[in-house]
Amino acid sequence: MIVPLSHVLFLSGILFSLGLLCLLVWRSNIIMMLIGIEIMLNAAILVFVGGSAAWGNADGQVFALFIIAMTSAEVSLALALVVYLHRRKKTVDSDQFRELGE
Amino acid sequence: MHYYSFSLGPRTSSLDPEFIMEQIVFYILAAVVVIATLFAVTERHPVHAIVYLASSFFGLAAIFYLLLAPLAAVFEVIIYAGAIMVLFLFVIMMLDLGHPEKVKRPAFRDWWPAVVLSLVIFASLAVLAGLPLSGTPAVPAQIDIRGFATVLFRNYGVAVEIISLQLLFALVGALYLGRRR
Repeated sequence: MIVPLSHVLFLSGILFSLGLLCLLVWRSNIIMMLIGIEIMLNAAILVFVGGSAAWGNADGQVFALFIIAMTSAEVSLALALVVYLHRRKKTVDSDQFRELGE
Repeated sequence: MHYYSFSLGPRTSSLDPEFIMEQIVFYILAAVVVIATLFAVTERHPVHAIVYLASSFFGLAAIFYLLLAPLAAVFEVIIYAGAIMVLFLFVIMMLDLGHPEKVKRPAFRDWWPAVVLSLVIFASLAVLAGLPLSGTPAVPAQIDIRGFATVLFRNYGVAVEIISLQLLFALVGALYLGRRR
């Protein structure tokens, strides 16, 4: 391990808080909310890879792969949802999507 | 403060020039990742935000490579920077969302929950900084692709099946949501 594990955890915490900031501040824009979720998931992947490097264990990298696969499924569904909602209301402003049904 | 001051491979001293070089590269890449993510978060134009985010992911992939996880680095570049960011760009351009003048700025009342929760995270990071980490783990070896595949399919075979089912469900759901009616 080239750097102490705590430095990797620091970087990951800063990235996670930036993603949280993006998700909570841009609550009116669905695209920016999805970007915030991506940043937070990357911070989680960084923790897994750092732990894998610190303890010489392949499990962390395996879980990084699982998170990446899960994220690709989540993003494809979320963006399909964005396209569907944009087709209904012609906007990505989440304040406009307040009723169920047509 | 080298709590995990063991080295890998043929290097035995942590004062090895190559070791120090890798450390410097790590901190430069960390700065690049944080600054690019900051620009991505504060950008109003969604296409610019996606480009900043892609550069952040490239830096993160290089960090994964430095942390002895070349496979995770390759997946990060191929899937994140390659597929997911292109999917974002595709949707943004298809829906014609690249008009920053139409995007309304978040109001101040949108800011405070995010700021409070970030302060909680930074407080816990400060606690982490004050905490002396004790106990040196065993010296790790570089995990090659054979060991990775062994762990993946021997210990987590069921999880692989579940992930593949989840990808299938996502495919079906995206097809259902995206059809014209």
